[in-house]
Amino acid sequence: MANNISITVNGKTHTGEVEARTLLVDYLREHLSLTGTHIGCDTSSCGACTVHVDGKAVKSCTMLAVQADGCEVTTVEGLSTNGSLHPIQEGFREEHGLQCGFCTPGMMMTATDLLKRNPNPTEHEIREALEGNFCRCTGYHNIVKSIQHAANKMNEATA
Amino acid sequence: MIPTSFDYKKASSVEEALGMLGDDAQILGGGHSLIPALKLRLNAPGTLVDISKIDSLKVIRDNENSITIGAGVTHAEIAASDVLAQHCPMMGQAANAIGDIQVRNRGTIGGSIAHADPAADWPAVLLATDANVIIQGKNGKRTVDIDQFFKGFFETALEEGEIITTISIPKTAFNRNSTYVKFKQPASRFALVGCAAAVEMDGGSVKSARIGLTGVSEYAYRATGVENALAGKALNADTIASAVSGVTDSVDVMSDHYASEKYRSHLAHVFVKRALMNLSYSK
Ligand SMILES: Cc1cc2nc3c(=O)[nH]c(=O)nc-3n(C[C@H](O)[C@H](O)[C@H](O)COP(=O)(O)OP(=O)(O)OC[C@H]3O[C@@H](n4cnc5c(N)ncnc54)[C@H](O)[C@@H]3O)c2cc1C
Ligand code: FES
Ligand code: FES
Repeated sequence: MANNISITVNGKTHTGEVEARTLLVDYLREHLSLTGTHIGCDTSSCGACTVHVDGKAVKSCTMLAVQADGCEVTTVEGLSTNGSLHPIQEGFREEHGLQCGFCTPGMMMTATDLLKRNPNPTEHEIREALEGNFCRCTGYHNIVKSIQHAANKMNEATA
Repeated sequence: MIPTSFDYKKASSVEEALGMLGDDAQILGGGHSLIPALKLRLNAPGTLVDISKIDSLKVIRDNENSITIGAGVTHAEIAASDVLAQHCPMMGQAANAIGDIQVRNRGTIGGSIAHADPAADWPAVLLATDANVIIQGKNGKRTVDIDQFFKGFFETALEEGEIITTISIPKTAFNRNSTYVKFKQPASRFALVGCAAAVEMDGGSVKSARIGLTGVSEYAYRATGVENALAGKALNADTIASAVSGVTDSVDVMSDHYASEKYRSHLAHVFVKRALMNLSYSK
């Protein structure tokens, strides 16, 4: 059955019909062509599909698009502002936080959720927060450094 | 993976949701057990009734003698609750041990106990808290004692067409002195064994204890043998070691490709001991 939904994605409101069974990740990738959000496992484990719904990190492969009706969604495409990179994106570039890059969008969305709740995370807290995001390449070490880089940057900016 | 087609109805109140729950309809809470099952086509309801937008199910209330938690409160909201941290620390500890932050941001306590996975965390914790589960159906409300709620493998006292609305945690001395410890299945992060323990002390000895276990048998249970063995004793390494010997006496310990019966049983002993030792230090 088709359902009318209205979702604000990266600041822009999209209104239209979707089938009830459409997953949020498929809505973002197929309907809105926002392919920055990846599908890794498709079984709620890997975190590659992580986006923010009303400011909170969620796995978009485990949520229906109809459930996001009326919500604000942010994807990796919504991180930068006016062409300048978000500190988390700079962090990943400066600290070599990616190799193949497949996990990276999900990593950055989980990391920005963490930094909002906890602007000064310890290394341990960063590793704990990444519990639901898998990387097959980097061994996580540089991902942790990238997030520390972003935390320092963001704290300098607000100091 | 795409689920089979279904109709979707969003409820704005419990009454409206009850009216929408006809034949072949299923409640959708946080969706973190149901949606994976729909995607694998293990489940194919004709209609989903979404209760996750019902405001009255999303509050934690601090009452005089209890804390009431709406069924739609997420694991992350429980982890962040100061009032629960103060009156029942095992609640926040368990919430933080569930899955990962993304799962905690969506999954709800009501959905977890309705689902009654044998390895879920909330069943063990709520057994230890002496909670009441408030359930609403077309014919009104009823309250089920948590000791009567879990009935079997993915089986509860919930009847067709009923909605869990609230979980009520009494403010007691044992809940204030409580802890949750868990051995995670490393891939799924569900509990291979989880133990919730709540102990009221009187002077130097145990006045009462409640111990809930998950992951061990087909459904969560209370280790009443251990609770009784501790009563009236001091809480120390010796009394704990002798009390835990009967922890799996009343149940059939599960065996699967993650853990044999012997290993699970061993873990149950270790984790009950660990939980009780934590409480023995914290006095
Ligand atoms: C990757 C991953 C890791 C996880 N790790 C853990 C873990 O470590 N520990 C753990 O305990 N759980 C874990 N879970 C499960 C998670 O906690 C689920 O959120 C929870 O089991 C179900 O809650 P829900 O709100 O998502 O329910 P849903 O999936 O929406 O519903 C589950 C069932 O309950 C019914 N239902 C939902 N709400 C109600 C209600 N109020 N009244 C009556 N029936 C209702 C539904 O009809 C359905 O049958 C994990 C899940 C995932 C995806
Ligand atoms: S694709 Fe969603 S968690 Fe892996
Ligand atoms: S960089 Fe390749 S999976 Fe993480």
